[in-house]
Amino acid sequence: MTDRIEKTICLRAPRARVWAALTDAGQFGAWFGVSLRGPFVAGMPVEGRLTIPGYDHLDWTFNVEAIVPQTQFSYRWHPHAVDASVDYATEATTLVEFALSDEAGGTRLRVTESGFDRLPLARRQEVFPLNSEGWEKMLAKIERHVLAADPAR
Amino acid sequence: MSRVSNAALKQLPDAARVFAALGDPTRLRLVSRLSADGPQSITALTAGAGVTRQAITKHLMALGDAGLATPARQGRQIVWSLETRRLDIARRHLDFVSGQWDQALDRLKHFVE
Repeated sequence: MTDRIEKTICLRAPRARVWAALTDAGQFGAWFGVSLRGPFVAGMPVEGRLTIPGYDHLDWTFNVEAIVPQTQFSYRWHPHAVDASVDYATEATTLVEFALSDEAGGTRLRVTESGFDRLPLARRQEVFPLNSEGWEKMLAKIERHVLAADPAR
Repeated sequence: MSRVSNAALKQLPDAARVFAALGDPTRLRLVSRLSADGPQSITALTAGAGVTRQAITKHLMALGDAGLATPARQGRQIVWSLETRRLDIARRHLDFVSGQWDQALDRLKHFVE
């Protein structure tokens, strides 16, 4: 339940256009916010530097996993590895997968990121300041999830 | 934001157990009830749960193993209470990552459309 994130978005653009935005290193970098060196090749690492204001001092790497033309693109990375003094190389990675399909008037894109279970708990805690959100709010969300998943209630 | 020391990190139990423990509707409902109503006995938790006392006990033990709930003796009965901190971390982290993706996909949308 908390190992993965899945998002689906419908884009009013041809599939080839979306595919290029995802797998051309320059185009990917333009919307993602990273300046990348080199093309995406299955099994190969890609290196660059973030261009997002506030994070533009950080190097950024991912490993391309699979490229199935016009259909699927995936890579592994260290999510929010934003502390320049930390060597993240030994930590577990998450897998990011983009899947494309046709949709009336455009392209359906599903993004999945999985493998969060394997990240150290302390690492997961680093991404938000303590006490920023109440436990009650979180529980309400979980309860909605439970009730939605349980037809007996 | 303070960094967690390596020593503290090593002491943390495996996060995966938290997520495994939550991957069950009965256990999630137990977590919800312990949060809404506070610490409770197994008898109270079994009432209206639609499963046997034995099953509830088993699920509570699983939550306990994952560090999500702890038992304490109160007079003649055992009372279970929620350890909110661990669950809190996992949920908030996913919410954070989810928000990051929403922003990135919004940028992609503007880029291709």
